[in-house]
Amino acid sequence: MSSTPPEPPAPGSVSLGQPSLVDGEWHRLHPATPLLRGGIALIVILGIVVGNLRDTLIQLVVGGGERGPEDPLSLIYERGLTGIVLAAIALGLIAFIVGFYFSWRMHSFRITAELVEVRSGIFYRTNRKGRLDRIQGINIARPFFARLFGAAKLEVNVAGQDANVQLAYLSSANADALRKEILRLASGTQAAASPTPVAAGGLVDRRVAELLAPELDPDAAPPASVVNLHLGRLIGSLVLSGFTIFLLVLVVGTVVIISVTHELFFLVTFAAPIIGMGSYYFRKFTKSLRYSIAGTPDGVRVGFGLLSTSNETLPPGRIHSVQVSQPLLWRPAGWWEIRVNLASKSSNNGAASQANTSILPVGNLADVKKVLELVLPGLVDERSIDLIERGLTSRGGDDGFVNSPRRAWIIRWFSWRRNGFAIEPDAVLLRSGAVWRSLVIVPQARMQSVAMHQGPLLRRLGLASIIVHTVAGPIQPRLGAVDRDAAIGFFTDVSAAAVLSSARDTSHRWRSGEGRSNGEVTA
Amino acid sequence: MSEKLELPGVTEWRRVSPKYVVVDIVGLLISAVVSCAATAILPITTQVAWLWALPAIIAVIFLITLALTPRRVRSIGYQLRDDDLLFRRGLMFQRFVAVPYGRMQLVDINRGPVARALGLSELKFVTAAAASGVTIPGLPAADAEELRDKLVALAESRRAGL
Repeated sequence: MSSTPPEPPAPGSVSLGQPSLVDGEWHRLHPATPLLRGGIALIVILGIVVGNLRDTLIQLVVGGGERGPEDPLSLIYERGLTGIVLAAIALGLIAFIVGFYFSWRMHSFRITAELVEVRSGIFYRTNRKGRLDRIQGINIARPFFARLFGAAKLEVNVAGQDANVQLAYLSSANADALRKEILRLASGTQAAASPTPVAAGGLVDRRVAELLAPELDPDAAPPASVVNLHLGRLIGSLVLSGFTIFLLVLVVGTVVIISVTHELFFLVTFAAPIIGMGSYYFRKFTKSLRYSIAGTPDGVRVGFGLLSTSNETLPPGRIHSVQVSQPLLWRPAGWWEIRVNLASKSSNNGAASQANTSILPVGNLADVKKVLELVLPGLVDERSIDLIERGLTSRGGDDGFVNSPRRAWIIRWFSWRRNGFAIEPDAVLLRSGAVWRSLVIVPQARMQSVAMHQGPLLRRLGLASIIVHTVAGPIQPRLGAVDRDAAIGFFTDVSAAAVLSSARDTSHRWRSGEGRSNGEVTA
Repeated sequence: MSEKLELPGVTEWRRVSPKYVVVDIVGLLISAVVSCAATAILPITTQVAWLWALPAIIAVIFLITLALTPRRVRSIGYQLRDDDLLFRRGLMFQRFVAVPYGRMQLVDINRGPVARALGLSELKFVTAAAASGVTIPGLPAADAEELRDKLVALAESRRAGL
């Protein structure tokens, strides 16, 4: 945090020849911002106060009934303080409104070719800058209430905890255009900006159009999501989740206990999980509704949410590892889930508290291939796709993976045939689990370091474990019970490959090669 | 045949100062005394004889660890390769890590009270992954600073994104 005096707009800033939010000048946020950020709480408090005093108010107006001497309203009324109290309330309201107004006035942002900067605060000034080439993703969240006002929250994610630059709130149409512009600046492309489309029609029409619009703006993405999440599959995936098994065990346990003890008291233990269950399923369900994923020139775009929506663009090279996994119950249906590790922590799990690390909640093998194609552009040739498919479904054996030796069965009872790794030119694949199948793919350019471990038990068996370190997330890429010599080979090869790949990597300015020669590239 | 992990072609490990054994032993003794005292509270207050087994077991484990300390310290090694830092430690539980210089986010130098009395420093190489955990203890203070400057220069010349 640093406090700076408000400064005049920088002279000589970049102008794109059209009114745009990325002209390097200071801009203000949506006028409804204070209301959306804090004002709703005020209205709720007022509502509660009025609700509690309702009876007294009715009595005051209609008369009759009996008023207790301790009732604050009647005390005020009887002592003739009504005027003073009303004045105090009015003063408080005015103070609030003035405060809101000034907090809105003082809250401004600007976007230059190098950075995005936000300053805010009346007494405590805050100034936050994020470098564009460090962007990990841009998230546009539209909480339901904000959507009614046609407002959206734009969040520029950079690596680290609480390191995001938030522009809350912008007008909904602006947010989409702004994201496109920021990504264009960040990508390092020299191509000119394409004009921003302006929504036509009256205010109400626009609002309705925005509410109903799919979570993709047609201008910057291919028209359709590459994966369609059927409602039936979504419900099925929830019903067949591990949580359901836990619930069934609980129900059976409770029934047994009650039938043995004849004490209905034990129903109480059952009540809390039931309530929890409802909210768990509801959250999982609503967050995955209207799921969409599509590739854009500036990375993968993932959208979620029914009433509150969230829509995140991840530029190329921002995905640090990918895990495709299949719980046992999903196997008959052939469903998979894809999760990713990201360097940024989006502070707004806004759309129904979604974790933004699940990039495909549920999908079949074809869906998995389409999504992997988007998130791992380095692995799209025939051979790699084949390898990935074997990594998912193969039972093991000589299939392109270096698997655990037979002696590893002591610590990998079912999965020793399948437990293995493969090294591709761009990525490392770690396959494990016969019951809970999982395949972890780590792009070599994103690896932080490589390690191998060996404890006394593994040493007796001539085995070792290998670990690839990436940024923190739900995935920990590691493989146990690998043959000792294979592990040493993996360590040697991958540590050399990681150096080479990271030296070649240019994804911090992912389109820097474009647009210089041919000048015009459609954004 | 040895089933230990060894890297082929890597023989010249740079070792840490033998004086680090003292730092390690002092640290172990303190935690041994604290944990034995904590577990001894139960038998003292309850007067149940067999509860003394707990502090006794802990004491034995600490004695074995203490006896192995010189070898464990000798097992710590590091090497500056062309493009990455190689680090190893551990006897029973061996651990090898290779970190490309370009992945460095920062280098820390820490000095505990005992280490400072012996003129030793601990160098910590931090990447974006918390699990990398490359901490080289027991470096003479001058060496540690020299190594830090060298690592920073190497990282600067091989800068990579995240």
